[in-house]
Amino acid sequence: MTTVAERPDVARADGPRRARSRSDRLGIYLLLLPSLLPIVVLSVFPLVRGIYLGFTDARAGRNVEISFTGLANYRELLGDELFWNSFKIGLLWAVGVTVLQFVLALGLALLLNQQLRFRGLARVLAVVPWAMPPVVVGILWKLVYHPDAGLLNEFFHRVGADGLRTNWLGDFSTALPAVILVGVWAGMPQTTVVLLAGLQGVPRELHEAAAVDGASTWHRFRNVTLPAIAPVVVAITSLDFIWNFNSFGLVYVLTAGGPGGKTMLPMLFAYEEAFRYGNYGYAAALGNVMVVIIVALLAVYLRRRLREAN
Amino acid sequence: MFGKPSRTGRTLQYVALTGYLIFLGFPLVWLLSTAFKPPRELVRLHPTLIPSNPTVQNFVQAFTEQQLGRAALNSLQVSLASAVLTVLVALPASYALARFRTRLGTVALGWVLLSQLFPFVLLIIPIFLILRQVGLANTHAGLVLIYVVWALPFALWMLQGFVRNIPRELEEAASVDGASRLQVLRRVVFPLLAPGIVATALFSFISAWNEFFFALVLVKTPELATLPVALARFVGIEGTARLGPLAAGSLLATLPSLIFFAVMQRRLSSGSLAGAVKG
Repeated sequence: MTTVAERPDVARADGPRRARSRSDRLGIYLLLLPSLLPIVVLSVFPLVRGIYLGFTDARAGRNVEISFTGLANYRELLGDELFWNSFKIGLLWAVGVTVLQFVLALGLALLLNQQLRFRGLARVLAVVPWAMPPVVVGILWKLVYHPDAGLLNEFFHRVGADGLRTNWLGDFSTALPAVILVGVWAGMPQTTVVLLAGLQGVPRELHEAAAVDGASTWHRFRNVTLPAIAPVVVAITSLDFIWNFNSFGLVYVLTAGGPGGKTMLPMLFAYEEAFRYGNYGYAAALGNVMVVIIVALLAVYLRRRLREAN
Repeated sequence: MFGKPSRTGRTLQYVALTGYLIFLGFPLVWLLSTAFKPPRELVRLHPTLIPSNPTVQNFVQAFTEQQLGRAALNSLQVSLASAVLTVLVALPASYALARFRTRLGTVALGWVLLSQLFPFVLLIIPIFLILRQVGLANTHAGLVLIYVVWALPFALWMLQGFVRNIPRELEEAASVDGASRLQVLRRVVFPLLAPGIVATALFSFISAWNEFFFALVLVKTPELATLPVALARFVGIEGTARLGPLAAGSLLATLPSLIFFAVMQRRLSSGSLAGAVKG
């Protein structure tokens, strides 16, 4: 891939672009057109329109007049207790899942990077949840959490801890943690694979040198491994955070936001607003707020990481 | 990597690994076990990990009673169409992106990253309105269109990488030998690109097969529902005896992606596909 840069007709900054003839350029655009057209029509345009809808009173139904209402939606959001509630749950969910995912995935990646037995089995198992459709992951864990026929309650019965048996997804206090655990299970594989790839890129010599200098395992991890995989860590945790904040299918299947709104993630809330109550404008406004929040949180996170790196 | 760990260190490592294996594996075993349990075992007060009288009745029931068969066919249709269309649309553009540097290409790839940030709510309402205007709401064609657009950015990125791996000298040699541009593409580029095309097609097939949100919102007629939506509806019908067919249907819905991952295992472990497949 890197050799391309040396090819005279591609990369030399001044030469090719100017030298490229008009018909060539037309040809290139013709090649790009079939891809660009659908992206513009069904991705760029809807997004711009979606952002705009957040500043209107758009509602479901044909031939409904849409009028620009400025910040009215946002004023309403500020006073909407249900929104604040869902927003808090969303933050708890996204931060909780991302952090746990990262910690557990790092541990697993470190283990998989060693010469251990059953490593192959662990590698396969670590990828399976990734291959499952989110809906199936939801169903799978519904079976595990099932109050009567579930694996978890039966386990507690077998070890003689019947007092711990509960309706995991239906109980007010356990629903959110239970759902977060599923999120971790579903997203851990991908994070593990990425971190493992990062670990395998850490030069061996660094470790050996540090070991010769008498650094303990922890010190070597802290001062050699971690700095070396830092860029990978920042990239995957940022992506995980975005994905988790925007996730929908998993929790929709598990709890549909219940019990009593205890797991009502912002995406579920927006979905209900838009497609149950038909408040398109309000739902889009919610989407806009979510984008702003994600960008703001990421900016803070990335700035801190960058400062640490310097 | 950490030199030779002590004996206790090793033991701790195995304890941790066992913990991971249980956490990752047991839910899967439970799904398998539930799928093969007859109704009587499902409603038993204390269920067992291994079914004592395994049966395939649940699979039969999933298809006959719950119309999961039809949903699976719908999913197959939509996913196949998405895969073929994505490749056809992405092929010329990825060639252009790999062989010529254009600002347009950079912008397009930048959009890929940017679009990850935006929640689906912002996209889905306008898309729904557009599709309704052109009469494609509540149709498979509309869904396919969305899936192609959804898979395109990554497909482009993936395919252009494959194009770059084809030495340009091969193309030059062919044209020196008097082959026309089209002949060069057909005889030299496409055959070498076959693995890349297969990988891209598989990727878009799986992302369409697993997708839930768009399918839920855009298709309202129950007969047109795709497999994930049908399964999610099935969850609504509670009753412990129903869990068997539900588990059986879920297992079948996972098969295509499992096969895909088995095929791509090598690439995945090398990390080059990491960040690719996310529902």
